[in-house]
Amino acid sequence: MRPLLKTDVSVFRRSLDWTAEMTTPTNIHSNIPTTAFAIADGVRSGTLKAVDVLEAHLAQIAAREGDIHAFNLVTADEARAAAARVDADVAAGRDPGVLAGVPIALKDNMCTRGIPTTCSSKILEGWRPPYDATVVQRLAAAGAVAIGKTNLDEFAMGSSTENSAFGVTYNPRDTSRVSGGSSGGSAAAVAAGFSPISIGSDTGGSIRQPAALCGVVGVKPTYGTVSRYGLVAYASSLDQMGPFSTDVRDSALVLEAISGHDPMDSTSIPQAPLSLLNVLSQGVEGLRVGRITDLPGGADPDVTARLEAAFDALKVAGATIVDVEMPSMKYALTAYYLIAPAEASSNLARYDGVRYGMRVNASDTNAMYSATRTAGFGEEVKRRIMLGTYALSAGYYDAYYGKALKVRRLISDDFARAYTKADVLLTPTSPIVAFPVGEKSDDPLAMYLCDIYTIPTNLAGHPAMSVPFGTGAHGLPVGVQILAPTLGEQVMFKVAASLERSMIATGGAK
Amino acid sequence: MTNTDSGIQYDMSKNEIKVAPNDGSYMLDGYELVCGLEVHVELATATKLFSASANRFGDEPNTHIDPVTLGLPGALPVLNRQAVELAMRIGLALNCSVQPSTFHRKNYFYPDMPKAYQISQYDQPINVDGWLELPGGKKIGVERAHLEEDTGKSTHVGGTGGRIHGSDYSLIDFNRAGVPLVEIVGRPDIASPEEARQYVTELRQILVAVGASDAKMEEGSMRCDANVSVRKPGSPLGIRCEIKNVNSVRSLGRAIEYEARRQIVLLEAGEKIRQETRHWDETDGRTHTLRSKEDADDYRYFLEPDLVPLNPDQAWIDAVRAALPMLPRERRLRLSQATGAPADGEAIMVVVERGQDDYVMAVGDAGADVARALVHVKEAFAEQGASPTVPATDLAQMIIMETGGKLTSTQAKTVLAEIVANGGGDAVAIAAAKGFEAMDNSALEAIVDQVIAEQAEAWSKYCGGEQKAMGALVGAIMKASQGKADGKAVTALLLAKKG
Amino acid sequence: MPESASERISAEVVVKVSRLARLDVSPDEVQRITTQMAGMLEHFADIDALDLSGVEPMTQPYPLSNVFREDVVVTGLDREEVLANAPAAEDGRFRVPPIVGLDG
Repeated sequence: MRPLLKTDVSVFRRSLDWTAEMTTPTNIHSNIPTTAFAIADGVRSGTLKAVDVLEAHLAQIAAREGDIHAFNLVTADEARAAAARVDADVAAGRDPGVLAGVPIALKDNMCTRGIPTTCSSKILEGWRPPYDATVVQRLAAAGAVAIGKTNLDEFAMGSSTENSAFGVTYNPRDTSRVSGGSSGGSAAAVAAGFSPISIGSDTGGSIRQPAALCGVVGVKPTYGTVSRYGLVAYASSLDQMGPFSTDVRDSALVLEAISGHDPMDSTSIPQAPLSLLNVLSQGVEGLRVGRITDLPGGADPDVTARLEAAFDALKVAGATIVDVEMPSMKYALTAYYLIAPAEASSNLARYDGVRYGMRVNASDTNAMYSATRTAGFGEEVKRRIMLGTYALSAGYYDAYYGKALKVRRLISDDFARAYTKADVLLTPTSPIVAFPVGEKSDDPLAMYLCDIYTIPTNLAGHPAMSVPFGTGAHGLPVGVQILAPTLGEQVMFKVAASLERSMIATGGAK
Repeated sequence: MTNTDSGIQYDMSKNEIKVAPNDGSYMLDGYELVCGLEVHVELATATKLFSASANRFGDEPNTHIDPVTLGLPGALPVLNRQAVELAMRIGLALNCSVQPSTFHRKNYFYPDMPKAYQISQYDQPINVDGWLELPGGKKIGVERAHLEEDTGKSTHVGGTGGRIHGSDYSLIDFNRAGVPLVEIVGRPDIASPEEARQYVTELRQILVAVGASDAKMEEGSMRCDANVSVRKPGSPLGIRCEIKNVNSVRSLGRAIEYEARRQIVLLEAGEKIRQETRHWDETDGRTHTLRSKEDADDYRYFLEPDLVPLNPDQAWIDAVRAALPMLPRERRLRLSQATGAPADGEAIMVVVERGQDDYVMAVGDAGADVARALVHVKEAFAEQGASPTVPATDLAQMIIMETGGKLTSTQAKTVLAEIVANGGGDAVAIAAAKGFEAMDNSALEAIVDQVIAEQAEAWSKYCGGEQKAMGALVGAIMKASQGKADGKAVTALLLAKKG
Repeated sequence: MPESASERISAEVVVKVSRLARLDVSPDEVQRITTQMAGMLEHFADIDALDLSGVEPMTQPYPLSNVFREDVVVTGLDREEVLANAPAAEDGRFRVPPIVGLDG
């Protein structure tokens, strides 16, 4: 692997032929592997020290974070202490965990005890949770080293991370462009080599879309497989946490560590953690890959070209391509933008200045509520709260929220029918490659369209993941989305691994 | 589904509300009273409804808190199984059907509401369509009894009397936030303040009997709101007002009566009743407008996405039903059958309310006359509680002596007093120690004859039909017998001799 | 049922909704927000074309029921840690301005 000099920034501005090994720049200490799998392996076997791994990544952050702004907070001291503990465990012969010594960045909407958790909102600026999210606990138990809290669109509402109260996160591939959203910071952190893995959250595509725009792997698992306890809620029936990584195997590793039943979450599926690593090499021979013939249009030609290449690659690998129809898919955006804001309007009502977070004082409590929330929330959050409040209110419930729930049923039924004919479906993740900062800020509806291919999965509660598959316009990364039925993570990862292998085999974009 | 604040009980979009027929026994100035009670009951669980903090009253503020209780970002509710068990006990004890149910969010802002929404049950509650039978036999319909979480508690600093009005600021304690409640919504079948009192008293006994709650109005573990309206017989239902802040059974009756009269005065003056919530003030004995609402709050009910449906299986429901203890009504009937006393008479009502009916039956099982046992327990066991210290066999022994003529009723009371004071005792020994023997009949007759001879004037008056004269005769006989004469025997003898 | 974009939401409703949501909206902003929301609702009117009679609403992505917790106390949060993060506290309690104009 070619070592990268600190000043060689131009590498990131050139369009790159993508391969799994080259998605992230190496760091100054070129003997540090770039995947979580390899790092954990090295640390567990004693050939690597967690503290060295950490320092290498902290140095990378120091080198490039100024240009990218992936983090709201880098937790260097806490990370050093955690890395030291991992090394101590190894030295004492204790099992340090499957992610031993692996730096991991956490989206700043999951609770980390004693560490500010802001959701990139002024209303929670400086708030330190008194508890850890379940996922955070499981990662720590697995020996992962939390390196910082990443930037996001405020309260996870957005597709570009431009709605953050603390500034934009720039795309490591081209810092004049967005990283996508809402988990832009987590995607960028992995793409820039700040950590090999990170955690995001996905309500309408907020892991998959930034993954596609930044050229990394991003996974939204089946609703209920990863605990939501400690994830600051945006839309409760749609939210899920999931991993970002540079390769498919690392996402599988992380999901194995964080999935599985949690008694603290009533919507958590009562089953064991996902088992994924052992299916990655199984291939796609005989699998049926669905092409949605009535997919809502609007994807750029460079994106659809990569999708076609992906279908071809899977055919070569032995899969069969079948046609399926999803007639209700074009209504998914509407259903989502009525259901998600409705749930959000209720979930965000607790930010009232009484018990935590920002308070703007006033002469009475009622005035305090309004003053606090008006000053504390950004434009997009307010917009969605208003929309959601309206959709639920007396006289409008049936016309909006009530109807949207029925449309949700239609979409779910469409998927059920599709999955009788296909094992997985393939679509673009995002209709476009990363767009310039500011291009869509004045047009909320245009921004919402970024999620047109990702939203249906959240409505149905199914898993889906984005895999980098070459480049499009301006040499920017394109992601291909694999969709699978409920608890179909194994077949989904099989297909993802196959696509990844074909990318490596062909040496990049065809 | 409509999302208004009109409350679940009076959903005007449904068909005409059925009210139990009014028998006309309680009228105010020609108006009937129509009253429905909403009772909130704190369940006696160890932990809260949706989190594992302790459900405890009276501890230091904010010492039973957790992320869910405080509505912290990222917190999620998980349903307490025992709360469901107790809710089913309440429902089944009130003759409800237990059905599959769901939870909804009721959205509104208030400082003691940590999430700015309350998790409650809306259109699919766990218990529906039951009734509570008043001691006199009238059935008051129970529309539903559902689960919901309690709010925190605010104290107001700086105003008068701790009221919100004029306060400088308020302090919030979240210990109570999340405590499980069952809200029991009664149909508007109550037709008088007395019926309301009976309803609440009976309900309380049921709740305690099934172990669901200690149901103390004074401590807030049972809270009662009354919906009151009036109408002329045959007219449609009037506009109702909801009365809050009633803190005792006695206040409930007073508040309902006051409110009914207030409405009648308005109606008689040709004015309309404004539908509103009113606050009962115990000190001035009136209801007051709580606040004037510009907009009715729109609660925007929607299904709680963080919870899943609740569907107790038939085995569980059957087990709860089978484990229900004997309820107050059955206890009263049992005692009535055993004693011949009326089930809604004072003696049985009091004894069952004290929880001493099992004891009375045990005294009967030990060979004593149950009717006498009832009377004695009612009279002498007020301080004894539900588990009297006096062994049932001891009381039985005393009663057997009494009914066997070995003790007069007066003597019996004295012996009993000593037995109660000592937590038991051998009636025979006590009677002997006090020199009590019932007088045998021939000795008694001799004394009666002697008194008749000495009280000639009283005797002739008595024989002439003056019942009052008997008093003097009986008094003299008692004195002459040194209290050993049995009152009934004396009366019988006098009557016989009168001829 | 609203027919056209301009009928979909009125400024009056926007004001009412903002009050429910406890968001201050200045008179200038009301018009802008009304126009923007009307535009969105116009876009979302595409679902009006669907025949939804007989379609069951979908509220749960994964069908679970009867999820419980046993009635056992678990130590909760430390009051001092929590109050240290509160905007205002006194006497072990959260302090708020006078509670006026709210329904309890």
